[in-house]
Amino acid sequence: MEKLMSWIDDRFPLTQVWEEHMAKYYAPKNFNFWYFFGSLAILMLVMQIITGIFLTMHYKPDAELAFASVEYIMRDVPWGWLMRYMHAIGASMFFIVIYLHMFRAMIYGSYRAPRELIWIFGMVIFIALMAESFMGYLLPWGNMSFWGAQVIISLFGAIPYVGDGLVEWLRGDYVISDATLNRFFAFHVAAVPLVLVILVFLHIVALHKVGSNNPDGIEIKKNKDKDGIPLDGIPFHPYYTVKDIVGVIVFLMVFSAIIFFAPELGGWFLEKDNFTPADPLSTPSHIVPLWYFTPYYSILRAVTWEWLPGGAKLWGVIAMGASLVVLFFLPWLDRSPVKSIRYRGGIFKAALAIFIFSFLGLGWLGTQPAEGLNLLFAQIGMFLYFGFFLLMPIYTSLDSTKPVPERLT
Amino acid sequence: MSEQNVDKGRRRMLTLATSAVGAVGAGFMATPFILSMTPSARAKAAGAPVEVDFSKLAEGVLLTIEWQGKPVWIVKRSNAMMEKLGTLTDLLADPDSDVIAQQPAYAKNTSRAQEKHPNISVMVGLCTHLGCVPLEKFAIGPASDMGDDWSGGYFCPCHGSKFDMAGRVYKNVPAPTNLPVPPFRFLNDTVIVVGENPEEAKV
Repeated sequence: MEKLMSWIDDRFPLTQVWEEHMAKYYAPKNFNFWYFFGSLAILMLVMQIITGIFLTMHYKPDAELAFASVEYIMRDVPWGWLMRYMHAIGASMFFIVIYLHMFRAMIYGSYRAPRELIWIFGMVIFIALMAESFMGYLLPWGNMSFWGAQVIISLFGAIPYVGDGLVEWLRGDYVISDATLNRFFAFHVAAVPLVLVILVFLHIVALHKVGSNNPDGIEIKKNKDKDGIPLDGIPFHPYYTVKDIVGVIVFLMVFSAIIFFAPELGGWFLEKDNFTPADPLSTPSHIVPLWYFTPYYSILRAVTWEWLPGGAKLWGVIAMGASLVVLFFLPWLDRSPVKSIRYRGGIFKAALAIFIFSFLGLGWLGTQPAEGLNLLFAQIGMFLYFGFFLLMPIYTSLDSTKPVPERLT
Repeated sequence: MSEQNVDKGRRRMLTLATSAVGAVGAGFMATPFILSMTPSARAKAAGAPVEVDFSKLAEGVLLTIEWQGKPVWIVKRSNAMMEKLGTLTDLLADPDSDVIAQQPAYAKNTSRAQEKHPNISVMVGLCTHLGCVPLEKFAIGPASDMGDDWSGGYFCPCHGSKFDMAGRVYKNVPAPTNLPVPPFRFLNDTVIVVGENPEEAKV
């Protein structure tokens, strides 16, 4: 065995990689509940890829056959229903994990220097994941698939001058059609997953270069013993590999409970209108995107001021785009001298509470018709959402802070 | 390799020139890939005109046909519906159909129909906001559940845009323009061809 290892190590740095990234990668010793979601996100990525591969064996990317092939997977393919539920519900679970992972970064300041690039890679992963999920949602060719794609692709039509041509190019036809389904399939199963895997690799390379942040938001590399090992660090393997497995077990319990007992989760994970085949001549009476898109969808609909130059439609699209773009700038908007919420003052905590409230509120409003009071609330929610980010340089510099400890607590 | 007599400026120039030519080549190579995603010859051919016989269509009933994969509506409007059209000017965003792209020149009038058949409305039934199919709300007044002063028209369930019986968009709704009127011509009083202009309209 030792001979084999040294034979390999002479040709490929296997032991070195293992030690640098697992056995001798020192992570802060005080990781809490919030630190489960990074490894759970990797679990979900692997699970989506594996279930996806097996679904591809039976699915037909053809407007005539797609809907029936999904029903065939659900009824006739042995265990096909399980693959399909794992994949479709997995998408929702993936977003839950990703949102909690991002929230962890927000409360402990994990996006702050020197981890800006980790945050940016993560945001690109988030956007790619949204594209992946959006295109995957067209594939069952249900009526909500069809009209969801119609509405979202039409958004690009709001761009002045090139909009109409761009929409035609994206669809490959004058309407959502077989051509659109086929290319979405190509992007969903090949192009975007490849990009995602590369981005996740870059995300982790950047993380392992600077080391993990922690709930205290202080650098463990400042205090090292005589061998250069951080005093407050423990090797990732076996300490965190084992801890993460506990997280995986609890997560899979929840995941299985949904798959086996409530796969539709009351319409939140699988929408009822998607159990009818796509009909280009009739829109479902109430178009609702899946829950993880609803906050941005709310922002899109909240802009109704016709007097804006270029019209409300264009500005709605711009506002929705801006609600995602603004997240990229988070590392530079935060001017607080401390990273973790543990040592921040009341203003930041209040701002964060308002942000959570506005984000969840917008999410709920995105599932409701945008009329009357709902519209007003969505507009208030939008201002609170943007206020949290755009006013951040001001309130984080004004905020009081508590003294930060030298070592982990 | 001696670095002594190397002309660095010349080397940089050559590297730049090579990279520039390479970039142009990459641009040329990308073109077929990008163009392969535009509508295919088959998709373009599918836009053939459609002949519709609506002799059995009752007044005030919506007939939906498919043209270029899109829903096209044909409605024979009643006189009550026609009378309402003239009274709505102040509520509409573009009452005179000034946005040229939304209809052929021969349909730029209050009823957005052809002169000889003003009652016959032909429109592409896709909301100009984000492309949903609006619902028919032809009843006038409270029966439409659109409010007591509703004059009949269409309502888009996706984002609440409202249109009158001629597909003209109301003010302060998300849809920016009137519903499009496709080219259409009458073969006789009850048969139309959607997708072709009348012969007298030289377009």
